[in-house]
Parts: sequence; structure tokens; C-alpha cells
Amino acid sequence: MEISDAARVVQAQAGDREAFRLLVERHSHTLFRLAYRMTGNEYDAEEIVQDTFLRAYRRLDRFEARANFGTWLYRIAVNCSLDLLRKRKTDEQRRAAPSESDEPDGADAFDKMPTSHPAPDRLVLSGEVGRHVAVALAALSQVERAAFELRHFEGLSIEEIGRTLGLRESATKNSVFRAVQKLRKALEPLVIRNR
Amino acid sequence: MTHLSEEQLIALRYGEAKDRAAAEQHLGSCGECRENFERLHHVLAAVEAMPVPKRDADYGRRVWRRIAPRLDERERIDWQGWFLPGRLTLAGAMAVLVLAAFVAGRFWRPEGQPAPAPISAEVRERILLVAVGEHLDRSQMVLIELVNANPPAAGEVNISGEQRRARELVTANRLYRQTASQAGETAVASVLDELERVLVEIANSPTEVSAAQLDQLQKRIESKGILFKVRIIGSEVRGRKPAPAPASPRQSS
Repeated sequence: MEISDAARVVQAQAGDREAFRLLVERHSHTLFRLAYRMTGNEYDAEEIVQDTFLRAYRRLDRFEARANFGTWLYRIAVNCSLDLLRKRKTDEQRRAAPSESDEPDGADAFDKMPTSHPAPDRLVLSGEVGRHVAVALAALSQVERAAFELRHFEGLSIEEIGRTLGLRESATKNSVFRAVQKLRKALEPLVIRNR
Repeated sequence: MTHLSEEQLIALRYGEAKDRAAAEQHLGSCGECRENFERLHHVLAAVEAMPVPKRDADYGRRVWRRIAPRLDERERIDWQGWFLPGRLTLAGAMAVLVLAAFVAGRFWRPEGQPAPAPISAEVRERILLVAVGEHLDRSQMVLIELVNANPPAAGEVNISGEQRRARELVTANRLYRQTASQAGETAVASVLDELERVLVEIANSPTEVSAAQLDQLQKRIESKGILFKVRIIGSEVRGRKPAPAPASPRQSS
């Protein structure tokens, strides 16, 4: 009989490293998929998976038994992804010459930044539609992308996504809505043409 | 009739429409909205079709292999910080307090300040031996109580007291196991490792156990021979306790 996450977490919290190893093995694939969709880069995704488990291990004592361990990991993975994307964006901005700034307000401007440019591997892997999907996903803001990934691919509820991203319910709904709206605007002509 | 908005269509797609029945009914009768909904569906299907590189079945194990040394590294840093002057981290300071709590009143006067002064290797070892000896005694008590507990004639027996103590002991046990391991005390570390597994098992057992469950728990404790090992190591550790005090303890300058 397979032992539940909850039981493993209790063991790990009590210092049982073997239990934590089993949790790592159980959740690595799912986290990789999430991280890859967030970043569009295989190597970044692997890094995020490792960072997620390291952060989780160090915060195990903060995990509440009643919570869902998988969702808790998602939250950490999304934060790791956002940290990485933020760092990447900062690096890119630092490298870029200063230009006309159209969004002077810090948080909002940050939220409106596209998540990333699609990684070369992603472009190579996919055909024409896939390439456009990668570009469209990369054009979403970080919050929109995270909300969309969690809603569409991971099937989290609006409430769970809100908890994960620290957003209110209305803001979460709006993020998912804006993400789908943007994707549709970018992809619909192409998708319909290829039907 | 009013057509469904894009927001309503998206909500419907994710099963979050406020009035789902009405929205579906509208879709059934409105070709324009139905086509609109289908286009949305096709766009999202295209997004889903985006390839995600596959990880093989061994991926989880690889992740573990990569992070495990980093977990060790962090812990090693914490434990190394225990007695190093000027490097007492919070965790290290807490560990010192745990150890000090075990030997309070034996080696130091109550008014002694727990200043992070350098501690000689001999004194450190003596403190550790005393603390480990105490810890093994307490663990032994919990195990003996459980092994000797009478199965209830009917209903269940409450072992919450033992569980609470086991949980407390797990935390301390981990500390001592790591320290013993670092100090090269492999026999002590090995027994502490086994003890930890048993303590974790006790801590995670149901609070109320039936006669069968208690019997199972008792058999598991006995089958591992942990009680015997704890006794042996405990007496061995206590035998080493009267180690000579350092001839001239270093003074911090």
C-alpha cells in the first residue's frame, strides 16, 4: 500500500530523511512540468525543481498537516520560478540600454513585463503553432502565466491559486482571464487557419 | 438574446460559470456563441499540445542525488557552528541550550552565563556523553513502557503520553545522531539512527490503539532489538562518562 504524502511529511518533519527522499521522487516529474511551462527552459526547470525541494526541506516545520503537500510544493515552485524570471528580467534590463520607460510604477510595471523569451530548445521542439504558442506564453505577465499554468495545467481552483500567488479571488480570476484572452488574441488566427 | 461574454465563456471552460445551466442552454441554442466557444477550446488545445521535454523514470532519484549533499551541507554548517566562538548561529545556540539543559546543575552553577566562550574538546565530549546518556535513558523508558503495556481487554489504549515524549525525543535524537556521526562515534550514531526510526514510528502511530495494533507495535520494537541496543550503548556511554576534566580550560580573551 502506498503511504500518503501526509504520512511521509510527518515522518520527514520528525527527521526521517528517507521519507523526504520518497516525497522528492514522487513529485519531481510534476514539478518539472510546471517549472518548464513557467520558464520555457529545460535547464532552468531542473534548477527550479531542485531549489523547490531544498526550500521545502528547510521549511518543513512550517507545513501544516491539513494542507495539501503537492499544492504547497506548487507554491514554492512558482515562487522559485518567479524569482528566476525576475532575476533574468533584471539582468536583461541591466544589459539593455536605458530607453523610454512607459511603466514607471514598480510593482505594476513588473507585473506587466513579459515572462521571458522562449528558449531556443522550445522553438526547435515545436512546429509553427508551437512556436507561436511559446511566444504567446512568453508575452504573458509573470502573474498571468503562473495563474494560467496552475489553473489550466495543474487544475488548481481559483482559491488555491490565490493562496499560492498571494492574490485575492477577484485578482486571481482576472489573471486567468487576461492570460486566456491574450493567448486567444495571439493564437486564434493561426489555430483557426490550421484547422 | 445577449450573447455570452468572453469572460463567461472562459469561466464555462473551467467549470466556474456562475449560472452554468443557463450558459450551456444558451450555447445549445446560439450558433455564434457555440462557435466562439469552440474557437476558445481549439486555442487552449493548441497551448496544451506544447511539448514538454520528458524526464525518464529515474529523474526523481537524480533530483534526490543532487539535492541530498546540499541538505547535508546545510546541516553540517549548522552543527559545526555549535561550539565555534563567534560563529554561534541561532541553531547552534539552541543546540548548546539543549545540551546545557541536560547537564544543568551538574557542571555549572546556575548563575553561570552561557557565554559563547571556547569549549575544549574534552569538555565538549563530556557534555555530549552525559546528554546522550540521559537521552538514551529517557528513550529506554518510553520503549519499556510500550513493550510492557497491557493490551486492553476491549476497546483501545491511549498512548498519547508516549507519543508526545517520542516526538520530543526524535528532535533531540536527530541532534545527537548527527553530532555522534560527526565525532566519528559510528556505533553510537548507528544505534541512534535505529532508535530514531522507532521513535518516529511511535510518534506517528494512532493515539488510540487497539490490542492488535499495540501488539504489532510491541513486536516491531522487539524485532529490531532496539531496546537491547539502547541499553548496551547507554551503559557504554555512561561508562565513558567520568572522563578527566581538562587540565587547563582555555579562557576566552
